Amino acid sequence: MRLDVVLRVTTKFILAPLLLFALYVQFHGDYGPGGGFQAGVIAAAAIILYGLINGLAAARRIVPDAVLERLIPAGVLIYALVGVAGMFTGENFLGYNHLAHDAVHGQEWGVFLVEAGVFVTVFSSMVGIFYAFAGRRRA
Amino acid sequence: MTISAEFLEPIITLVLLLLLAVIAFGIVRVRGLFAVVIMLGAYSFLMATLFIVLDAVDVAMTEASVGAGISTVLFLGALYLTDVKEATGRARRLAPMLVAVVTAGVLIWGLSDLPEFGSADQPIHTKGADYLDRSIPETGIQNVVSSVLASYRGFDTLGETAVVFTAAIGVLALFARRRSDGKG
Repeated sequence: MRLDVVLRVTTKFILAPLLLFALYVQFHGDYGPGGGFQAGVIAAAAIILYGLINGLAAARRIVPDAVLERLIPAGVLIYALVGVAGMFTGENFLGYNHLAHDAVHGQEWGVFLVEAGVFVTVFSSMVGIFYAFAGRRRA
Repeated sequence: MTISAEFLEPIITLVLLLLLAVIAFGIVRVRGLFAVVIMLGAYSFLMATLFIVLDAVDVAMTEASVGAGISTVLFLGALYLTDVKEATGRARRLAPMLVAVVTAGVLIWGLSDLPEFGSADQPIHTKGADYLDRSIPETGIQNVVSSVLASYRGFDTLGETAVVFTAAIGVLALFARRRSDGKG
């Protein structure tokens, strides 16, 4: 695979737009299709593509296992903490209305943070599962 | 000459469904698993196209990226670890046939209770929460799918995130034996 010039060059060209598209899907989810889940999968696909072409060791240098194992629960924690923060402002669990100076801004903050949590967990889960498969030796 | 959308849409849907059926048949019949994995990817892309025709763009995006993208890579990884040829099992044709026929019969029977396709006067459209009207004044979010997912139904999405988390730690616990071996 290392000698396949077409694949390597194409990957190099496509990686940056892929990550940019993931960010677009993440932050434009309020106005168009997409959101944390889709963006997380697309960003994970970029890392997986890099790992497929340059080898697992190279991908592990960008996103090490230790980082992944912290990110997987971190996303769920971010999500749940936003819910708890809503409770501290006198709302229900996951009620965003009092997170900012008015209800609409509170909702926007809440949705933004919650989507970020979804992104973190989905991204790290997908990459982690790929590492687990790819890192295993053939029996 | 222009062709009206009302005329074109059923034809596109029919063609996509036909292709789906052809690919599903191919997936069942072909023994080479490499070809099957690629066909599964094609199946997902056709499904995503069908979702777009049905105006479910968010679902289409998920289907294309997960079904055709990540799943294909994971299937190929599994093939690398096992074998690329499907094992020919012993011939037990009758019992699976029976299960398939009964399941299909029950599904078709249940289909008769569904509302007519695209009918607007169903309870879900008339009596449900009016998210379409509420989304912009209450949350300022124009994509109602996003506001329902992350705000109105935020608790469900927390559950979904927890499911992804559980799946990930499940796979990691199964696969990452080497490290625990090293510790003793």
